[in-house]
Amino acid sequence: MKLELGNIFIRDIRFDSVSKVEKGILFVNADELRDHLLEDENIKSVSLEIARPGESIRILPVKDVIEPRVKVQGSGGIFPGILSKVSTVGSGRTHVLKGAAVVTTGKIVGFQEGIIDMSGPGADYTPFSKLNNLVVVCEPVDGLKQYAHEKAVRLAGLKAAAYLGKLAKDVEPDEVKVYETPSLKEGIEKYPDLPRVAYVQMLQTQGLLHDTYVYGLDMKHSLPTMLYPTELMDGAVVSGNCVSACDKNTTYHHLNNPVVHDLFAKHGTELNFVGVIITNENVYLADKERSSDWSAKLAEFFGVDGVIISQEGFGNPDTDLIMNCKKIEAKGIKTVIITDEYAGRDGASQSLADADASADAVVTAGNANMLVSLPPMEKVIGHPEVANVIAGGFEGSLQQDGTIVVELQAITGATNELGFNKLSAR
Amino acid sequence: MGKYRVVHYINQFFAQIGGEEKADYRPEAREGFVGPGMAFNAAFGDKAEIVGTVICGDSYFNENLEAATKEVLDLIKSFEPDIVIAGPAFNAGRYGMACGTVASTVEKELGIPAITGMYVENPGVDSFKKDIYIISTKSSAAGMRDAVKTMAALAMKLAAGEEIGASAEEGYIPNGIRVNFFEEKRGSERAVDMLLAKMAGKPYTTEFPMPDFDRVEPRPAVKDITKATIALVTSGGIVPKGNPDHIESSSASKYGKYDIEGVFDLTESTYETAHGGYDPVAANQDADRVLPVDILREYEKAGKIGKLHRYFYSTTGNGTAVASAKAYAAAIGKELVADGVDAVILTST
Repeated sequence: MKLELGNIFIRDIRFDSVSKVEKGILFVNADELRDHLLEDENIKSVSLEIARPGESIRILPVKDVIEPRVKVQGSGGIFPGILSKVSTVGSGRTHVLKGAAVVTTGKIVGFQEGIIDMSGPGADYTPFSKLNNLVVVCEPVDGLKQYAHEKAVRLAGLKAAAYLGKLAKDVEPDEVKVYETPSLKEGIEKYPDLPRVAYVQMLQTQGLLHDTYVYGLDMKHSLPTMLYPTELMDGAVVSGNCVSACDKNTTYHHLNNPVVHDLFAKHGTELNFVGVIITNENVYLADKERSSDWSAKLAEFFGVDGVIISQEGFGNPDTDLIMNCKKIEAKGIKTVIITDEYAGRDGASQSLADADASADAVVTAGNANMLVSLPPMEKVIGHPEVANVIAGGFEGSLQQDGTIVVELQAITGATNELGFNKLSAR
Repeated sequence: MGKYRVVHYINQFFAQIGGEEKADYRPEAREGFVGPGMAFNAAFGDKAEIVGTVICGDSYFNENLEAATKEVLDLIKSFEPDIVIAGPAFNAGRYGMACGTVASTVEKELGIPAITGMYVENPGVDSFKKDIYIISTKSSAAGMRDAVKTMAALAMKLAAGEEIGASAEEGYIPNGIRVNFFEEKRGSERAVDMLLAKMAGKPYTTEFPMPDFDRVEPRPAVKDITKATIALVTSGGIVPKGNPDHIESSSASKYGKYDIEGVFDLTESTYETAHGGYDPVAANQDADRVLPVDILREYEKAGKIGKLHRYFYSTTGNGTAVASAKAYAAAIGKELVADGVDAVILTST
């Protein structure tokens, strides 16, 4: 499967009477987009704001971040099974508004929503401070229960991103990158001497606001299966969860999965990247056993020499991570796992909820319990008072002058377990 | 600003007094630097200077531990140092134990920062790595140049009271305290590099060595449940409506103890969950789903259990550090035992 990604570099977003992309600037007709999102009867109000890198702006509580993309050639459309028909994506050509993102916020759904600071010390911890963000502030109708609220805001974010993505359809990209995965047979013939590597991606599926959708299917109801890496780039996997902000994989992360990109970078020269095994993180023991058996079986069947396993969330999914690692190692396949740590604010506590001697190659994205002080910003988009109740916050997190003292846990994407960032710990 | 005053501790060998035959050499102080101290002084530049060197034979130190420590400490103190450097001891076991003892005692008793350097397999590492910074060195004095450079840099930071970074940045042997820092490459790229090395059988270093796990054996069954007092303890965050103790939704800093005398059912208007790790709708509608007070009251009435304990304990297990959870469990357990509780039902989410 072969996909061309045409990147159009966006250096600013502005409101205007006509939505369009011109000379690296994304113009947005706010009324048109707002009306489009208000078609959902569960949404009471929508307002749009712009947050640029370096501005004194804080966004919270952040639910999801989505990169605008559009299918230009090839089957299917962006976010198949949700916004587009369910046809297989990942081939042909896709245009990307690189450097722009949709950020959804509004009344808090659960507790596990995050903070994005566009400048100051907090900006160093979130990759989204480097993007031109169109912030969609969505308020639900009164009395809407949490699960319906989450769904309404999730869809609003995806719709806003698709709306912007469409503007890129006929724009000439600034660069075109090609990603290709041969079939198993072709790959073996083409690269007979290279080590074969698969990527095992664990998707958050603990339920009760912790869900991930694959082609529209709630992944907790699926057995582990495989994807071509390029399917991820067309939005085959969508975040629908309120896991702690620091280590939830937003839809932006899924679209730009760094493990996929870094394996592609060495594909054909140092390794043969055969594909992605997606698995889930269900809460029942039988589900954990079944899914980890299955991911090990798939890795064995693909005849790989090594896998990288990434996690989403922490605590309960640590058991899935260790089961996957242990069972795949037992098949004689080398593993590297990517996780993050909850070592306490002093860094002295045990970092993971499970462990095994076979997990001898670990990449860590840092200690999420570390405290950070975020100085006040000139402008806050959303609801600052939730700083006291979001995961990573505590009574008194929000101080009188607008300073927020929280654990890193509360910053969107800070300890991402796909290895999106440079933050680590020893 | 003047230079920092450094005192250097070394053994008889590095003081060029002699080898094993002089290992019973008694503590002695000399003005200025001796032996490897010259290299340290060069590394300090104009920031610091070795004002005195304290020398002791390795056998004398280890065989007269208490007396020798005191003698050495008094000599060190007489120079009024800002910082103390011991060794490096490389892979010399008795020298490592002496350096570790001197450095940790200087910090503890004199309140002066102190560091040492050792090879990772030196027995002094396991004994002292949690008390003091031990710079990781090669196994022999051939590694002196690198050791001095790294030790001098860390010593200057400690003397200045600067924040100390992660072990990988500063060069000390991991001491169990996890410290965040920014790597050169992002995590996914480090993972690909690590996998390529592991598949090729080349050396690589894990970023998180797996800990030894604390496994708890289940207790024997309760002999007669119809006579037993049973308590409810939960990490599912059930609290009286309004969360009076402000238990955090994640990474809880406390637990709550709540009286349920006369409570037969947890209702939407009286109880809720403070837990931030799951959709609270079902738990808030009926908190008995997480903390089954209603069923236990029925069992109590029917004589299936002795009685339900008057208090329940609650915290949120969501991202709460294991060390905190352990401390809460110890405190709760102590009270439950004192109150004569026979068994506990632990519920999560």
